[in-house]
Amino acid sequence: MKPAEDKKAAREVKVVTRVLAVNERMAEQNRRRFAEKGIFVINVMSSPGSGKTTTLQKTLERLMPEIRAAVIVGDVSTTHDADRLAVTGAPVVQVNTDAFGGDCHLAAHVIEKAADSIDLDALDLLIIENVGNLVCPAEFDIGEDARVVVLSVTEGEDKPVKYPTMFRLCDAALLNKIDLLPYLDYDKAQAIAYIQQVHPGMPVFEMSARSGEGMEEWIEWLKGKIRSKLKAES
Amino acid sequence: MHEMGIALQIIDIAAASIPPEMRSARVERVNLKIGKLAAVVADSLRFCFDIVSKDTRLAGAELAIEEAPVVARCKDCGAQWTITEPVFTCRACQSGALEILSGRELDIVSIEIAQEERHETGGG
Repeated sequence: MKPAEDKKAAREVKVVTRVLAVNERMAEQNRRRFAEKGIFVINVMSSPGSGKTTTLQKTLERLMPEIRAAVIVGDVSTTHDADRLAVTGAPVVQVNTDAFGGDCHLAAHVIEKAADSIDLDALDLLIIENVGNLVCPAEFDIGEDARVVVLSVTEGEDKPVKYPTMFRLCDAALLNKIDLLPYLDYDKAQAIAYIQQVHPGMPVFEMSARSGEGMEEWIEWLKGKIRSKLKAES
Repeated sequence: MHEMGIALQIIDIAAASIPPEMRSARVERVNLKIGKLAAVVADSLRFCFDIVSKDTRLAGAELAIEEAPVVARCKDCGAQWTITEPVFTCRACQSGALEILSGRELDIVSIEIAQEERHETGGG
């Protein structure tokens, strides 16, 4: 870094702070709050149209009532996703980010506020459906325990290498809409190879929320995570 | 995509870092370190910063951005190298157990404040 040389030298004041430090502190606060209640929190991310909402709807149907779940849904606008999820009977809180400047992601303070309207004492699992976007949500910790990325076979195989930060950050990938494979030129092996290239060893669940195919493995993985959190807290 | 929000955070942090005895001094430069994996577009950050800093202590300050490369170290064999393509396996032993040493930074390193010796700005 070149110091200012013009006229009198400027005085350099060391700062050394993460620009997103405020968000990170708030995320830690959320994490502690959810941990105290023994709630497992997942942050679900994807590009728009990957089938996140349908996947969550079908996931909730398989988890409830055994597991008490609630959802926070982020969208730039409309309540369409929240309406679809409410059908499952789970409490749903809709967050429209346009009230916060049309944000491309959910930030920790938004989750803190949204969680106020959920009965956290009657909850095992909090699902956060992030805004459809493979870039920005990866930069914002919201206090989750696990991150999941949904990728559908109607998108390009190379999404993982185009958005490596997202795929590296996540703990599992759901490869959705596999019921459509017979009608597409999608190279599934290549897509999985790309995922493994950016995040070696990450579990990839090949599934279709629509047909139900392959859902069981994902549900088992999720239940295992929820159980290990419950055990850790009790 | 969220460069505007980042610009606002930079202004908050930088303004709070101005020493109290330099209250009226001008901030010439904000030194940032941004990793290549941090999803921040430098040009768009500068553009947003210029707009939102207008009526703040940071008005007119330049954003000096140092880009941090993606550096990884293999947890198995200890090899260390700079990643230039989206391949996160060890290039020596093919292990997938990597530690990312740099590349995700989004840090304010320092601010540079003009020394006001002779030319005092006429304040009211």
